[in-house]
Amino acid sequence: MDLRRLRSSPPPHPPDQNAAAAVIIKMITIPYVTALTTYFSYGLLFAFGQLRDFFRKIFDWWSKSTLQGYAPICLGLEDFYIRRLYLRIQDCFNRPISSSPDAWFDVVERVSNDNNKTLLRTTKVNRCLNLGSYNYLGFAAADEYCTPRVIESLKKFSPSTCSTRVDGGTTTLHAELEECVASFLGKQAAVVFGMGYVTNSAILPVLMGKGSLIISDSLNHNSIVNGARGSGATVRVFQHNTPSHLEKVLREQIAEGQPRTHRPWKKIMVVVEGIYSMEGELCQLPEIVSICKKHKAYVYLDEAHSIGAVGKSGRGVCELLGVDTSDVDIMMGTFTKSFGSCGGYIAGSQELIQFLKYTCPAHLYATSISPPAAQQIISSIKVLLGEDGSSRGAQKLAKIRENSNFFRSELQKMGFEVLGDNDSPVMPIMLYNPAKIPAFSRECLKRNVAVVTVAFPATPLLLARARICISAAHSREDLVKALEVISTVGDLVGIKYFPAEPKKQQLEGDRVKLE
Amino acid sequence: MDTMLSAFGNMIKSFSDWVTIIFDAPSSRAIVLGVPIRGHLLVEGLLFVVILFLLSQKSYKPPKRPLTKKEVDELCDEWVPEPLIPAITEEMKYEPPVLESAAGPHTIINGKDVLNFTSANYLGLLGHEKLQDSCTKSLEKYGVGSCGPRGFYGTIDVHLDCEARIAKFLGTYDSILYSYGLSTLFSTIPAFCKKGDLVVVDEGVHWGIQNGLHLSRSTIVYFKHNDMKSLQSILENVTHDNKRAKKLRRYIIVEAVYQNSGQITPLDDIIRLKEKYRFRVILDESNSIGVLGSTGRGLTEHYKVPIEKVDIVTAAMGHALATEGGFCTGSARVIDHQRLSSSGYVFSASLPPYLASAAITAIDVLEENPNLITKLKANIATLRKGLSDVQGLELVSDPESPVVFLTLKKSAGSMKADLQVLDDIADNLLKEHSVFVATSKRSTVDKCKLPAGIRFYVSAAHTETDLEKACESLKKATALILAGQ
Repeated sequence: MDLRRLRSSPPPHPPDQNAAAAVIIKMITIPYVTALTTYFSYGLLFAFGQLRDFFRKIFDWWSKSTLQGYAPICLGLEDFYIRRLYLRIQDCFNRPISSSPDAWFDVVERVSNDNNKTLLRTTKVNRCLNLGSYNYLGFAAADEYCTPRVIESLKKFSPSTCSTRVDGGTTTLHAELEECVASFLGKQAAVVFGMGYVTNSAILPVLMGKGSLIISDSLNHNSIVNGARGSGATVRVFQHNTPSHLEKVLREQIAEGQPRTHRPWKKIMVVVEGIYSMEGELCQLPEIVSICKKHKAYVYLDEAHSIGAVGKSGRGVCELLGVDTSDVDIMMGTFTKSFGSCGGYIAGSQELIQFLKYTCPAHLYATSISPPAAQQIISSIKVLLGEDGSSRGAQKLAKIRENSNFFRSELQKMGFEVLGDNDSPVMPIMLYNPAKIPAFSRECLKRNVAVVTVAFPATPLLLARARICISAAHSREDLVKALEVISTVGDLVGIKYFPAEPKKQQLEGDRVKLE
Repeated sequence: MDTMLSAFGNMIKSFSDWVTIIFDAPSSRAIVLGVPIRGHLLVEGLLFVVILFLLSQKSYKPPKRPLTKKEVDELCDEWVPEPLIPAITEEMKYEPPVLESAAGPHTIINGKDVLNFTSANYLGLLGHEKLQDSCTKSLEKYGVGSCGPRGFYGTIDVHLDCEARIAKFLGTYDSILYSYGLSTLFSTIPAFCKKGDLVVVDEGVHWGIQNGLHLSRSTIVYFKHNDMKSLQSILENVTHDNKRAKKLRRYIIVEAVYQNSGQITPLDDIIRLKEKYRFRVILDESNSIGVLGSTGRGLTEHYKVPIEKVDIVTAAMGHALATEGGFCTGSARVIDHQRLSSSGYVFSASLPPYLASAAITAIDVLEENPNLITKLKANIATLRKGLSDVQGLELVSDPESPVVFLTLKKSAGSMKADLQVLDDIADNLLKEHSVFVATSKRSTVDKCKLPAGIRFYVSAAHTETDLEKACESLKKATALILAGQ
């Protein structure tokens, strides 16, 4: 199991300095005792699960299944994980809400009459502080500028076009959106799709094929992984966010050529993300771009979490880290997060977009993006750029930066093990032990703070974590309340792995490096 | 002579004595672990050491010389990648017409009112007052996007209501919502079909299914488009004498109404074959929900097959339901499994809530107005009647299909040439007759080999005059373009 994760330590100097300079790479290390107890817990869960399965098999043998002649529809181990591990804590996931995912939202209470196997919705709701949604700029809720325009578009264009972009699904709104996105990103042209996931998984197969090579960050999102697999190109992985390893892989691959035939690669594309959603880390873009330039590889940047959320005017990691967007060949991003809408985009040169519009299956076969959603994006970008005639956009951007940096530094002061870089609104808190996942989540919810906990398979088995997403919609009081609750719960479940500052050095010597 | 002989004898004797002395030397009489080492043992010992020495030597290999840094540098410098995209040709510069109003049965293009046949708005629900109302209410309450995947507070109560409503409408246990029609199948298929599993699939399926199959890494066998004989022989072939096949998950994947040809799958035959050979069926009902069957419950109702017989039903909602997204419906096991194993569900933001409310309302409207389906069926019949005698074009779609599909009677030689002719016809229709139709454009990554054609999406909202006008215009445009060939 590859447990080598990298993280950047808190910057040694004030946060207003360039964030890129503050990046110091370090391994995630896990204390011996924690590693031991975590393995022990999973072992125990596994043993009990197997025991219960054993009895179940005996019962099943008695009452023979009706599906004679069919292989079971679910895979054994995957099914085991769901039944014996996931179902026990499933109340921590998929919590329904009954309001917009704003700074505060209504979480619907659920009850279970069969030990969490099924959950029933009740009519009771809890007003909770939302630390889970990707509502970075606070556009999820009704907005004084956006919402009236969105409803206007709904009246004019209806909720859908029931047609694909190449047939009859391109309205004036779609054309306007593409122009707006291209100029916002400083690219010649853009094309939009109705879903972010589809954007990645339908674009890569068009651009790359047999004989080409995709070099992908080891922690890239599933949509990129699926897109790369769907393309038929060879895929190589480089160590998460490590430019030196990327260079090593690139040089090796160029020198070696294609496997077996040793023909030179047709083309090489390096795929990275702007902010890694499970780590909260910023991409080391300047270094990666210069390596790619040197070795003539194309750069594909997925800004799903970073576009709108970081950068002085919300233009993403390129702006934050000072990378010229003309050096990034393909800029991809989604509108689900910062813009509070849905869909994704690809921005690039005029020719690239023309080619994609000619042949990309998502453009040819998928229903075009819903017009009200398109309007939401246009309006929110206008707010960001101050074209709505107010300074709300700039305020939102300043607010999210300030909120994120405040929250991160406070969490670190409290002794939590927080991953990620400064300026990033995503901050994972390490939990490790499986029992701490539901404990942290339930105790926070009890105190009206809704957090997201992430475990296997989204993270490696040992590295379960809670993830906080900060929004510009959070007020200082909200954050202070959240910090109080998290601190109390943190003491309760024992996840302050770096208790006091001075002891830190000593503690680190005591830690095991996992490879 | 004697002296010489005796001298020789003495020489041998003294040599043997000398050898005996050497062998009897104290060092060679050492006793190791109680075993006295005799002379011959010493020789054997030496031999043993030599063998060990030879064994310890590596077999001969040409010396390995890794590339030096300089050589790698040179290789890196010399490497010239292909351009990211091929050179842009004229045909790639195609820009589709831009609609200036909603994509209803009539729409505005370039300031002109045109008759729209490109929108799969089968029931005419696009812009329906009730749908608009529910969307507006939902937008005001929930905002536009859900800002999260279903697992992490992206589950909004309307999603659960919508899932329950779809399940109730179709009579299944449960259903699961996807945020995009195209992602439904390419997530559902890899969730169930794994490496080594056996999938028998129609050769005319759309790209979403093709991509899902590619991602699943299953063994894929194609059967001839909508040909049950071909399906049967393939099922027979793959299961006959194949003991391993019994242990694999086996699936048949078909579309209810094929996007690429407008034909309808004979579900009764499929069910018969599935039960005989013990395959599971994945059925894509994108173009049949709300259209086929007396109450619009799709292909199963059309063939009066209980829906439980079809293991997995999927559909996109961007057609008859006039909203967006997609769903999959079936038994509890099928649905619950996807909630943790389907990548497009787990790793993607959920459907914007207003689109889920629109779907709920659309189903309500459909249940309240069964006459919409009657009207649609009448419209399909009228259009088909009018299009049956267009010179040079052939109707290939099923008489009940809402996708009316026409191909060239005489192919121009290649798919590309065919498509060019058809594009010219569509272009002429739009410019001269204000009738907006779509041709079946194919992506370069699409493996479907069915002939290209012109597609009419019929809607219940089209009037009789609309349909008559479309037929007349198509006749004129086709005659004009084909005469110019």
